[in-house]
Amino acid sequence: MASHNESIIREPLMTGKDITYAQITNDILLPVENKPNKAWWIGFTVASLGSLLWVVAISYTFWFGLGAWGLNKTIGWAWDITGFVWWVGIGHAGTLISAVLLLFRQNWRNSINRSAEAMTIFAVICAATYIVAHMGRPWLAYFTLPLPNQYGSLWVNWNSALMMDVFAISTYFSVSLLFWYTGLLPDIAAIRDRATGLRRRIYSIMSFGWTGSLKTWQRFETVSLILAGIATPLVLSVHTIVSFDFATSLVPGWHTTIFPPYFVAGAIFSGFAMVQTLLLVTRKVLGLENYITMFHIESMNKIILLTGSIVGVAYLTEFFIAWYSGSEYEQYTFLNRFIGPYWWAGCMMYGCNVIMTQVMWFKKVRTNIALSWGFSIIVNIGMWFERFVIIVTSLHRDYIPSSWAMFYPTWVDVSVFIGSIGIFFTMFLLFIRVLPSVAIAEVKLLLKSSSEQAKKKLIDEGHLEPAEVQYYKESLTKYDSVDMADYEKV
Amino acid sequence: MSNTKFILGLFDDPDDMMQGIDNLQKNSIPIYDVYTPMPIHGIEAKMGVKDSRLGYAAFCFGCLGGTVIFSMIYYMLVHDWPMNVGGKPSFAIPNFVPFTFEWTILFTAFGMTITFFAATHLFPGRAPRVMDLRATDDRFVIAVSAKGNVPHEDITNLLKQAGAVEVKHNERKYVSYE
Repeated sequence: MASHNESIIREPLMTGKDITYAQITNDILLPVENKPNKAWWIGFTVASLGSLLWVVAISYTFWFGLGAWGLNKTIGWAWDITGFVWWVGIGHAGTLISAVLLLFRQNWRNSINRSAEAMTIFAVICAATYIVAHMGRPWLAYFTLPLPNQYGSLWVNWNSALMMDVFAISTYFSVSLLFWYTGLLPDIAAIRDRATGLRRRIYSIMSFGWTGSLKTWQRFETVSLILAGIATPLVLSVHTIVSFDFATSLVPGWHTTIFPPYFVAGAIFSGFAMVQTLLLVTRKVLGLENYITMFHIESMNKIILLTGSIVGVAYLTEFFIAWYSGSEYEQYTFLNRFIGPYWWAGCMMYGCNVIMTQVMWFKKVRTNIALSWGFSIIVNIGMWFERFVIIVTSLHRDYIPSSWAMFYPTWVDVSVFIGSIGIFFTMFLLFIRVLPSVAIAEVKLLLKSSSEQAKKKLIDEGHLEPAEVQYYKESLTKYDSVDMADYEKV
Repeated sequence: MSNTKFILGLFDDPDDMMQGIDNLQKNSIPIYDVYTPMPIHGIEAKMGVKDSRLGYAAFCFGCLGGTVIFSMIYYMLVHDWPMNVGGKPSFAIPNFVPFTFEWTILFTAFGMTITFFAATHLFPGRAPRVMDLRATDDRFVIAVSAKGNVPHEDITNLLKQAGAVEVKHNERKYVSYE
């Protein structure tokens, strides 16, 4: 509290003048307590049409079987698993922000964790639709559970990486949902206490009777910390196990021990890109510039740069090991990524993920909103192509040239993919309408310590090193939500 | 005798609220509870609330989850229907690791959170026992039971001295019941 002020050289995590606790609540609940604007309706209409496309395509798949997709006897896995891995990877950023950054006491997570966690949940739902869809007979999905049956009992194959995936994804989804909802309770209570009539009744049920008493908060903080502690290894395990789906096989291009760390880095990379894609728009549309500041945007860009570079090192390692292994098949697979018929997919993968993100070394790029948004889209595309290259390009030319083939997606493949994006955005848009998109209670914690106005007050009081104040003022110039005129006279 | 049941000190600043707690404690006035819109650190030490024991619950649930799934796999893969995969041993512990890990976490998370909800009486549909509706918005509320703590004016003054923006003498304990 006031007795321990944050160092002046740290950039503020919240900007704006004369912000009070009440104003934080008002600002964040604005979209929840009011009718949506035109931009929301346009977005929602487009997203709903996408969801409708998904319903049509998936119904068609279930009715006619997996023959509706462009699979053939060589390429038995294509867009479905590409989409699955893409969505699961995107989900990872939410857990990283909410859990890993909590453990490291990175307070800038407070303003972005809620929407990032929501994004995790919706992305994992999208991923789960692919798992169910690629089973072909979704009514037999319970075959993946270790249930007693009349065949012996013939149990599930616990030696299979796919079985590990069932356990990893279901645990990941349910624990993320629990973490997210527990964190939402105080904010739902805030909506409840301001609402009337039916709205109050609904939010009252959803708030579990939260009061914000001393013991509730104390236990809540313990629960959050322990959940963060266990969600951190969980999120690392999930993409590790997803990578086992490939790494435990004997297909050249898949059979590598580098896959687990490489997949985890790629997941965080793509996830942060998706968070950036969503938040840059959300911040503008919902007017949250004071809470999601340029510092947040730049920090996320730095993480994208770091994880993108780790992915780049992993790519180089793969090529080196392919050459060093002396295995003809392995070498051909990697050469084929550039000189084979899918050379353009390889170029998209390496170009978007490694070469393009390197421009993030420049501060001008990191703090430019339009460029950041553009690069986040490029990373999303690049990471989709990464999975496509790993899956389809590795499969399409394996050991026997007589069974080499190409993959051509049908309209159903394309529609299932576009539809899943529609479902994701439908859920996200509904979320920002009915639940607070920023964690209100956690942002209030920043007001007295890390906000611009608290630091301004310190400067006005004097007693600070002039050099440090100067440094602080220079760091403020990158913010688009700070009026530098206020700092000219101080 | 007035009908006041609870005296609420409403603060707009957590530091003032801390001062309010000090003022009351110096005068040996027991505090019923404190309601805040966000977690305030240091308050539990002041109020003498012991550390939460939820961590122990979490550990026990984690052990339970790991044991359950390990036993299940052992029964299915080794005892009930051992499979001959190229003559390899059916008790292949490395393959057990991912499942054991996942369920350890699953049981820890759900066990601990459900314990938290049970201990704090949180469940869907519970009538919220709110003493002041702004306690989830911008008011830091100290609640003092009116019974036995007299004279009420002294308590009011102590809270006001600490910087309370408002002191309420409520005749109902909870305002949230319709």
